[in-house]
Amino acid sequence: MDDNRTPKAQSSDQKKQNDQYGGRWLPEKSSSPARKKSRLPLLAQAGPVSLWMVLFVTLPLLFIIYVSFMTRGTFGGIEYRFSVGSYETIMDPMYFTVILKSFRVAAVTTGLCLLFGYPLAYYIARKPQETASRLIMLLMIPFWTNGMMRLNAWMLFFQVNGPVNYLLTHFGLTEKPVMFLYTDWLVNVGLFTNMLPFAVLPMYSSIEKLQKSLLEASFDLGAGPAKTFLKITLPLTFPGIFSAIILTFIPALGTYTVTDMLGGGKVLYIGNIIKNQFGAIRNWPLGAALSVLLLVITALLIFLYSRFAGLEDMEVV
Amino acid sequence: MRYNWTNTEISFYKRGGFLSEPIVTLSHVEKWYGNNHVVKDMNLEIAQGEFLTLLGPSGCGKTTTLRMIAGFENATEGTILVQGERVEDKEPYQRDVNTVFQNYSLFPHMTVYDNVAYGPTIRKMPKSEIKERVKEMLEMVQMSGYEKRKPDELSGGQKQRVAIARALINNPKVLLLDEPLGALDLQLRKQMQIELKRLQKKLGITFVYVTHDQEEAMTMSDRIAVMKDGVIEQIDQPSQIYQKPRTRFVADFIGESNIFEGVVEKAEGKLLTVRLAYSGRDMGLSDNGREREIGVVQALSGDDTCPPGSRVCVCVRPEALCVSECVQPGFSFPAQVMDSVYMGTLIKVMLRTADGQEVKYSRFEETEGLEEGKKVQLYWKPEKAVVMPDDRFQS
Repeated sequence: MDDNRTPKAQSSDQKKQNDQYGGRWLPEKSSSPARKKSRLPLLAQAGPVSLWMVLFVTLPLLFIIYVSFMTRGTFGGIEYRFSVGSYETIMDPMYFTVILKSFRVAAVTTGLCLLFGYPLAYYIARKPQETASRLIMLLMIPFWTNGMMRLNAWMLFFQVNGPVNYLLTHFGLTEKPVMFLYTDWLVNVGLFTNMLPFAVLPMYSSIEKLQKSLLEASFDLGAGPAKTFLKITLPLTFPGIFSAIILTFIPALGTYTVTDMLGGGKVLYIGNIIKNQFGAIRNWPLGAALSVLLLVITALLIFLYSRFAGLEDMEVV
Repeated sequence: MRYNWTNTEISFYKRGGFLSEPIVTLSHVEKWYGNNHVVKDMNLEIAQGEFLTLLGPSGCGKTTTLRMIAGFENATEGTILVQGERVEDKEPYQRDVNTVFQNYSLFPHMTVYDNVAYGPTIRKMPKSEIKERVKEMLEMVQMSGYEKRKPDELSGGQKQRVAIARALINNPKVLLLDEPLGALDLQLRKQMQIELKRLQKKLGITFVYVTHDQEEAMTMSDRIAVMKDGVIEQIDQPSQIYQKPRTRFVADFIGESNIFEGVVEKAEGKLLTVRLAYSGRDMGLSDNGREREIGVVQALSGDDTCPPGSRVCVCVRPEALCVSECVQPGFSFPAQVMDSVYMGTLIKVMLRTADGQEVKYSRFEETEGLEEGKKVQLYWKPEKAVVMPDDRFQS
């Protein structure tokens, strides 16, 4: 009566199933002996990647940490003498306020990206393949223009005598032109438009992989559209949402071009401060220390978040 | 060709097929996908507690019909009733039917327990009751002890059991099964067929089953609806379908059959005398378009009337053929043994008539008297053969 299959058959079945869900849903827990055997070739395969990672990620990171413990030279630059001076400096509550504000802006940006990005991704994913590719193309086209140009365009658009203010005053919605420039609000808009594709793409690929028959099964079992969305669509596309959060939150946190231009000199974010330490102020150790701080906080948050969401064995990005 | 009510169906009523109101009624249902007419004027009544199979080759509209009952597709025209209630405008989640999908469609992020409990949870059944019901269902499909597994940790057959439990827990009026065993290997499929049939008998729930596997349909169904190009060609009990195919397509699709073309010469009640004229068009043997004669045979007419002079097909199953060395008193015609294959319990023999038509013959006994090249006489008992109008000559 029962269909005891051989382990081999089962694991191949499982593999098939994995393919069906884009290989996402089940990290292969079985067949450990087979795994051990192929460990060496696996390492060999990963070799070039590891090398690449060490060269371009680990070493620069270690250098930043190293620099953060050095002393600032009198005329800028680094004096290779151990000191924790930079870390003492960033204990200043001012930095805490700046970081908090940066987090707020990054969080709002991420929120906006999810709020607008998810429906957009869903809409695109439900279109036939060809239409979907075209829509994604449309989404990407703005990114073929220079980033500075786009930011300048936003500035012109929202400046005191720009078209937005013209319309507002023309229709008597406001008496005086609104000062859009150099506000958190405009920074958010700028970041949002900058980040949207990075939020849409991973969510699109997640939603696209979602089998339509699963939704049908949910309907069939009596769940309406809202319940189906909450119980099936959302959990099954969560990897995409998670990737979207990572891909928008972290760049938004460290950005300085958008905040520099749209935020002017007036609003300071952590990204600008770090950039200034390495640039105009030439206090490399302090810049490095701030970078390390940002890195630690971000890593901690992502760790907590993935723990909380039970994503340990989820493949991200 | 349009579907009409037939004698066999009327006889189904007489046999007591519909003791009560039909549970599902499709009347004049049409389905168009753009310019593609997928289901054509479908009329179908499904009896309470019946195991009905929609059988046909891919693209015949069987799955579409099922999906229209489930509510995943809207009928372009016509009405669909479930227990006397019109459901065309109801969403799938408002209908009292449940589906078992071909690819199982278990929710990959949920355990077996959560999958089975999905329906009752949505309907806000008390937790303790859900627990009990799930236990009961998993026992029924012999999947107790698998509650905490994820679908990916199950084999194909196990997944299908869970999918069946997940559908049946809702006490549907009708269970729709869309080629549920299609992805399983042969042995497992045969075993599941028996189990499904047993389950259906035990629960008394109406099953509407879609498959392209005629053997599967034969094994499980109370009635089979054979579909082709969006039309039901014939609907009847498996034995009736096999013995009295109504069209050439049904005769060809269900089991093996020999089809002889000819013209009715004489009709005495049900007994028809047919002059076989093999045109040989399929084999390029046509003699300047002139048809060559095989001989005169006798057979019973089916449900459709075949007046003298009309073009017909005579369908004879390989096992209904008789072989003899000498000319028979009623009728017989010569043929030559081409090839024989020993299949264990069965011997399959390929013969060729004087005119080149290949004839399949099978029997249980030895191959004696069927050596290659041997010339024999073919005949059959008239009641073992059925005559049907040749649909190639119908408008």
